[in-house]
Amino acid sequence: MDKVHIEIDGKKLEAEVGSMIIEVADEADIYIPRFCYHKKLSVAANCRMCMVDVGSLPKAVPACATPVAEGMVIQTQTAKAINAQKSVMEFLLINHPLDCPVCDQGGECELQDLSIGYGADVGRYSESKRVVKDKDLGPLIATDMTRCIHCTRCVRFGQEVVGIREMGATGRGEHMEIGTYIESSIESEVSANIIDLCPVGALTAKPSRYKARAWELRQSSSVAAHDCLGSNVYVHHRRNEIIRVVPKENEAINEVWLSDRDRFSYQALSEGKRLLTPRIKRNGEWHDTDWQTALNKVVAEMKRVIGASKGNDFGMLVGNSVTTEESYLAQKLIRGAGSNNIDFRIRRRDYSGDGSGMVRSGFNFPMEKLDEMDATLLIAADLRHEQPLSAFRVRRSTGFGQVMAINPFDGEYNFRLTHELQPETNLLAQEVAAVVAAADKICPDVLSAEAKEWLASVEFNQTHEKIASNLINSESSCLLSGVYVQEHPQAETINWLIESLALITSSSWGYMTQGCNAAGNKIAGAVPMRSAAGGKSKPGKNARQMITEGMKGYFLLNCEPDVESIWSEQALKNLQKAEYVIALTPFADGRALEYADVMLPIAGCFETSGTYVNVEGKWQSFGAAVAAQGEARPGWKVLRVLGNLFELAGFDYESSQQVINHLREKFDAVGDIRVARKIPSPLTLVDFNEATRESLGLYKVDPMVRRAKALQQTPKASTHHISISRVKT
Amino acid sequence: MTDLNYDQTLHLKNIVPQRAIEEIDLWIKKYPEERKRPPIIAALKVVQEHNGNYLTEETMQAVAEYLDVPDVAVYEVATFYSMFHLDKVGRYVISVCNNISCSLRGADKVIEQLQSRLNIRAGETSDDGLYTIKTVECMAACAGAPMLEVNKTYYENLTEEKIDKILSDIAAMELKRAAVRSTIDDAASIEPSEVKD
Amino acid sequence: MTNEVCFRTLHLEMPWSLEAYESVGGYSTLKRIVAGELSFETIIDELKLSALRGRGGAGFPTGLKWSFMPRNLAGQKYVVCNSDEGEPGTFKDRDILRYNPHQLIEGMIIAGYVMNATVGYNYMRGEFYEPLERMEIALAEARKKNYIGNNILGSDINFELHNHMGAGAYICGEETALIESIEGKKGQPRFKPPFPANYGVFGRPTNVNNTESYASVPAILQHGGQWFLELGKPGNGGTKIFSVSGHVNKPGNFEVNLGTKFSDLLAMAGGVHGGKKLKAVIPGGSSSPILNADTVMNISMDYDAIGKAGSMLGSGAVIVLDETTCIVELAATTAHFYYEESCGQCSPCREGTGWMSRVIHRILKGEGRPEDLDNLDRVASNIMGRTICALGDAAAMPIKGFLKHFRHEFEYMIEHKRSMVKG
Repeated sequence: MDKVHIEIDGKKLEAEVGSMIIEVADEADIYIPRFCYHKKLSVAANCRMCMVDVGSLPKAVPACATPVAEGMVIQTQTAKAINAQKSVMEFLLINHPLDCPVCDQGGECELQDLSIGYGADVGRYSESKRVVKDKDLGPLIATDMTRCIHCTRCVRFGQEVVGIREMGATGRGEHMEIGTYIESSIESEVSANIIDLCPVGALTAKPSRYKARAWELRQSSSVAAHDCLGSNVYVHHRRNEIIRVVPKENEAINEVWLSDRDRFSYQALSEGKRLLTPRIKRNGEWHDTDWQTALNKVVAEMKRVIGASKGNDFGMLVGNSVTTEESYLAQKLIRGAGSNNIDFRIRRRDYSGDGSGMVRSGFNFPMEKLDEMDATLLIAADLRHEQPLSAFRVRRSTGFGQVMAINPFDGEYNFRLTHELQPETNLLAQEVAAVVAAADKICPDVLSAEAKEWLASVEFNQTHEKIASNLINSESSCLLSGVYVQEHPQAETINWLIESLALITSSSWGYMTQGCNAAGNKIAGAVPMRSAAGGKSKPGKNARQMITEGMKGYFLLNCEPDVESIWSEQALKNLQKAEYVIALTPFADGRALEYADVMLPIAGCFETSGTYVNVEGKWQSFGAAVAAQGEARPGWKVLRVLGNLFELAGFDYESSQQVINHLREKFDAVGDIRVARKIPSPLTLVDFNEATRESLGLYKVDPMVRRAKALQQTPKASTHHISISRVKT
Repeated sequence: MTDLNYDQTLHLKNIVPQRAIEEIDLWIKKYPEERKRPPIIAALKVVQEHNGNYLTEETMQAVAEYLDVPDVAVYEVATFYSMFHLDKVGRYVISVCNNISCSLRGADKVIEQLQSRLNIRAGETSDDGLYTIKTVECMAACAGAPMLEVNKTYYENLTEEKIDKILSDIAAMELKRAAVRSTIDDAASIEPSEVKD
Repeated sequence: MTNEVCFRTLHLEMPWSLEAYESVGGYSTLKRIVAGELSFETIIDELKLSALRGRGGAGFPTGLKWSFMPRNLAGQKYVVCNSDEGEPGTFKDRDILRYNPHQLIEGMIIAGYVMNATVGYNYMRGEFYEPLERMEIALAEARKKNYIGNNILGSDINFELHNHMGAGAYICGEETALIESIEGKKGQPRFKPPFPANYGVFGRPTNVNNTESYASVPAILQHGGQWFLELGKPGNGGTKIFSVSGHVNKPGNFEVNLGTKFSDLLAMAGGVHGGKKLKAVIPGGSSSPILNADTVMNISMDYDAIGKAGSMLGSGAVIVLDETTCIVELAATTAHFYYEESCGQCSPCREGTGWMSRVIHRILKGEGRPEDLDNLDRVASNIMGRTICALGDAAAMPIKGFLKHFRHEFEYMIEHKRSMVKG
């Protein structure tokens, strides 16, 4: 990039050709007031607030839309600049209601902040003010459109970032209004980002409306727990109550955005029915009890059931948002207690690949690179629902690159696909195999003879060839598979195919996973075939066996298999039939009330410290933002005490940090070992009917999300996100 | 979810007659094929003309579907341009210019006369659904000031007599229209211009 | 001399017909181009020599503008005609479209050839149904003769021309708003740069000119740039159509030499009606500042002279005001117009036009306050130069002009709660 030399307020700066004054100023920490400018959106230049004085020009110019030029001398504080800014501020305020005392944005309002610096003390406008009718945008976003200053950030967000035009600016001149088509609610899975973008109080968060003033809130950094991206967030709380969750900028992960799911699920903690004390069921009745009694009972029952069956008839199922520390201690506990039956993969059908592949599952490239891919192939991947924010990145790549899909469902895309194959669900492997075979034909020198033989009988057509050649001919390409691949009866075959295709086409690959911590759970050893950090383990039962075959005893670590598992009905039946069910959960509702025998209250997200490992393998630790409610304790502490009660070695941790450090050391010592996948057995037409073909709905993915009131009121809550109806018979 | 069998063009085809669809298709052809939005304005005008001079939520949505553009893109256009009516208006929309040149030559008298003859105020529609008086900005016919437009036709150099003649011509046309209506079913779609002698 | 350029068919029967146009030498320039007698460089040179300036209002030299188009850049380029004609008081383009459509068509074909653009759009304001009809007939005639279409007259020149209609928005007369409108969007001006010559219709290089500008081109090339230049005066070449309206006996379009005395133009329009005294003139459409009678009677009608007098030639819309005109009423009408027509994008214009309109209407209702006038002038100043497009300035300038020349009428109304002229 060519550089130019400029000066802003006397500071000599070097800037890239083509950058705008405001970008360079921001970089240099020189503040220029603005409303419509946002670094992630196109330049609108409509608010006219960022006027600066450029040496040679007669009039002040907008810094957001004026490119730098060699030798440019810019001043932000001259009379010319200040007068322009002040007059714009006066215009913005004449029709603004100035109702700051009752506005939720008060205290964190860009208009309010700037009006203190640039506004006049006395208004000179004495005409009538504009009043705009509020819009009903649904359960997540509250509107006070009279406060709107028409910066159009929310409109541009939909148009540019999301790719779905929901908001628009209708009418003209002073009658211009921001809103949706006629009056419809906003439905996208990332809608609430417009709350952050809105520089005034026109768009605010409905669930936290009137709950607190900005200056009363304390802020803690944390990590969102509802998809495998691990978006960074700030938790805003007051007097130990979570008031809201907002994105924390992390360019490499969530940029400046947050999915609605990650933003509003906290509501389950502050407004859900919480389990506040340990409870024991006696004669079908629940009784509150103290921790000591409850834990002693748990230990006794575990010993009894495990002892009677030599470990075979007791198993532990681990939930989607369990921290790495918790899974690490959990697997240590159950293995120490004499059973290897532990699994978090409660939606997996095919376990034939256990023992091969990577220790952690996920991406073999950084998420950021999605922006730059010349070719991306989606394989049963429903980005908008699995990882709403990665869809932004893939969409960005369509500016120059292409996206193709082999998706056995009618997907909703916020970008254009150049090739789309829609096989029947049970022909997914065949379809991927066809692309691999086509690729092998173009580049015949990559695969082993054995692999080539396997592919020999696979037929392919022009579309498969086109997809293969696009991947091969692209400078950078990647294969992205969805959660649905891991739920498929031929998951291991498809994984092998994906990695073979990646090999031939020199593509990166990424497996998206259910929940926020599949990688962490796997590293921690919450799987039957491996212990922590890929260590050896006597094989135990996998989730499918535990759920479908039934057991005498279950240990549910923040897990509701009766809802989350693909064998939900069998799960419920077998849980009800079991002799003893131990449930560690933050919630006091759900079917656990029926099937559990003891319920131990654990902290929910943001109430415990911990670590999530995201799909790219980034370890992200966080502290507790608020204390757990009532008698509830962080899960890792409960597991530690259980370990102590079992008198097991290696349970002397004093902090979660010690737990994770220990695991990290182990993991770093062996590295991310990767065992080659075996050549799968020949393709057959698989039967899908033994479990549901639906995947978990957008707002059904984990116990917290399912209990988040506002999310459950959105139109998207009632739909399964992938409707897979077509099966070849 | 995409329903592959759903015909996006049907909605509009059910609302307006075939000749309107043909007219819209002519406009579509003027722009590059990959561009979906350019014909929005023309399509809305055609649809408005065939829908009693105004647009409804349904008609706008049908246009969006027909052109394969987001609903809000159509709604933005419909609310931006002043020739679109989003509320019910009369079959004859009488637009009177009251900008400078027409004001200088008696636009206010024109408006007064229309208001008293039709017994409605500017901005209102007569109870029989026939007339709407609308004041508009300069229509580029100042040599003929004061002037007005009835639907698609300009009337210039207005005098009291001329205005009365315009109104009586419309009334006569309406009588004819009523007569035609009693003989064919499709009378609702008959344009005033087609009934002219 | 009158009617020598855009209105040169006006004396003929059916002046809009192809026959009429060809009888005055129409399409002869196109034929010379096809015959290889006129290179694009020559055309640009002739236009520069002619001193033709943009007739839409901005007055930018046309030859220079045409030379900005990257004619050698690969890919689609567009030629766009601005027939949105919305500046209050202007009604010349409507008559070109109605009475000499072929000359516009030939002008656009020539532009297409010069800029290597194969598609043109003629953007007409939404109410122009009658001009549309004439244009469509003319286009069909031209197409039949292969003046437009592929391989024009056997050459390798291709040019297709489409009419596009607006739907009621003054702002679409601004070239980038017009481009947005062609793209089927709201007519909200784009920030410049990039200019249309680099990023125009559908993101492609685009040349936008006014109807009268394009229509002047065939006559200029037929008779030579020098001929055109000499019709007017240096830097102000050629003729200009003045749309004279308001308090005159014979309102109408007058295509006269630039530099014609205002008094002569007024005489052509039959003088002030009813034998009344001239009070003032708005010389270039409603956004040009008002000039009082003494000033205007002594100037000639050209870009430089009117500019020197403190106003603008603009679109050539001359609104004549007699002694009975109440300036406060005029200001209210003007302010209301810009308030209605602001696109709403930029804060100063969106909020400021409403502010000005409300204050003036309040004064008109007899509720004015002495401090209103300074405030009004201040608000107008604060809009100027602070918006994406020129509508902000267009709204502010006339108000400042009214206050400058007729402040006493405002003061009178504030004090006496009635008009100084009308009583």
